Amino acid sequence: MTDLDELYRTESRRVLATLVRLLGDFDLAEEALQDAFVAAASQWPRSGVPANPRAWLVSAGRFKAIDRLRRRARFDAVLGDLAALLSEHPEPPPDDSVEDDRLRLVFTCCHPVVPPDAQVAMTLREVCGLTTEEIAHAYLTTPPTVAQRIVRAKARIRAERVPYQVPPLDELPSRLAAVLRVVYLVFTEGYAPASGADVVRAGLADEAIRLGRVLSTLLPEPEVFELLALMLLQDSRRSARTSADGSPILLADQDRSLWDRSRIAEGAEALARAAASGRIGPYGLQAAIAAEHVKDRTDWPRIVALYDRLTEADPSPVVALNRAVAVAMRDGPAAGLELVDALSGELSTYHLAHAARADLLRQLGRIAEAREAYERALALTQHEPDRRFLERRLSSLSTDSA
Amino acid sequence: MKYVCLIYGVEEQLNAMPQDDLDRLIEETAASDEELRASGHLILGEALEHVHAAMTVRVRDGKLSATTGPFAETVEQLGGFVLIEARDLNEAVRIAGRLPSARVGSVEVRPVIDLAREHS
Repeated sequence: MTDLDELYRTESRRVLATLVRLLGDFDLAEEALQDAFVAAASQWPRSGVPANPRAWLVSAGRFKAIDRLRRRARFDAVLGDLAALLSEHPEPPPDDSVEDDRLRLVFTCCHPVVPPDAQVAMTLREVCGLTTEEIAHAYLTTPPTVAQRIVRAKARIRAERVPYQVPPLDELPSRLAAVLRVVYLVFTEGYAPASGADVVRAGLADEAIRLGRVLSTLLPEPEVFELLALMLLQDSRRSARTSADGSPILLADQDRSLWDRSRIAEGAEALARAAASGRIGPYGLQAAIAAEHVKDRTDWPRIVALYDRLTEADPSPVVALNRAVAVAMRDGPAAGLELVDALSGELSTYHLAHAARADLLRQLGRIAEAREAYERALALTQHEPDRRFLERRLSSLSTDSA
Repeated sequence: MKYVCLIYGVEEQLNAMPQDDLDRLIEETAASDEELRASGHLILGEALEHVHAAMTVRVRDGKLSATTGPFAETVEQLGGFVLIEARDLNEAVRIAGRLPSARVGSVEVRPVIDLAREHS
């Protein structure tokens, strides 16, 4: 039944999303999904695959859930009432609302009653279909920790009777911000893992982009296009950003033939859609910077100008550090170093700040100080590829100074 | 993935249960097993005799010793287990939470080591 496995991979999340809406409960929906696939495995080989497998699975899952509740009503009368209530509901709606169901599910997973760290886990498991173990692996934590977050999140959703819907217009901006934050967190975890590197994590970037596309189709808000553009443009350089052993490759040294042109084109289009609104937010400014980085000639004055606007819109030490590096590219290493040194207090434990400082010192010929800064950076990172990169830089210092 | 749900309870409490409640627990457990079999989750589920029926066996220096009673004296005793196939830990936890015994005792959910996966 490999076809059914394939169908599970492609359809199970959509079917689950619809069942959550129809049954109003995550656990009941998960049971119903399993029942529906068991029913399909036993019936389809005899009767053939139905014309619309997804609708068949939703319908089967819903009936199985009502059956289950009726059986359980022998021990718990409340479930009998619930079964009766569900049976009275009309048949599931036609297929075109399925993607809307996924959208509802994203908003439910990112509802303010769900703690922020659980929002990411809920979205990855319920919307993207990752297992608890895969999420734990990607976030370097244990499966019981993730499982407990998910159990608690579902309990909160049930206890607070969170309505299973896309929020009304007046709530949309703040609720959308939470969803976009989660999607971007998922993306950055896959794009720039804090430590280690493996397939599951690379998959996270793809999952986030997929989610971004779904969001942009259903909810064509400028901010959604900004985030989609940012993810596509950053991800377009994924293959060129790291060497075979996973070490980072700097922009100037990247093999541009490895850049993903279709991602760049799609990202540019999304950015244009966002810019048409006449306003540009933090995601859009970062996307514009990413767009500059995939041009044939890097326009550093323009990048500095974009960082200036980003500093106004969404200031942070990391933005200031990136701006300092861009200033160094525009005005030379001394100007950059002055800015990086001004940040040293806020970023004293951020290894990339020390790495940037070391690089500027090296360019200025201050080799002993550069060595010291590389050593500080090395002491602060657990990320193996970054360590290798920094060690190579450190050992090349001695040849530079010779 | 395979998970084992280890069902613990205080035997004295179970022994003191009114017969009606006990019958109902057995009936619910049978219904729950049936449901888990139908949904494709159940691999094997068994209830265990009381700990006073237990023996503990050790082999040291080639000599076998067999003592009466359980290996460890604990507040709650192992009273049964269910071996299930589940998509992930959260599904296993959801299934454990639906076991009727979970309302009386505690259910410890433990992933079974997948040797094929460990060495891939």
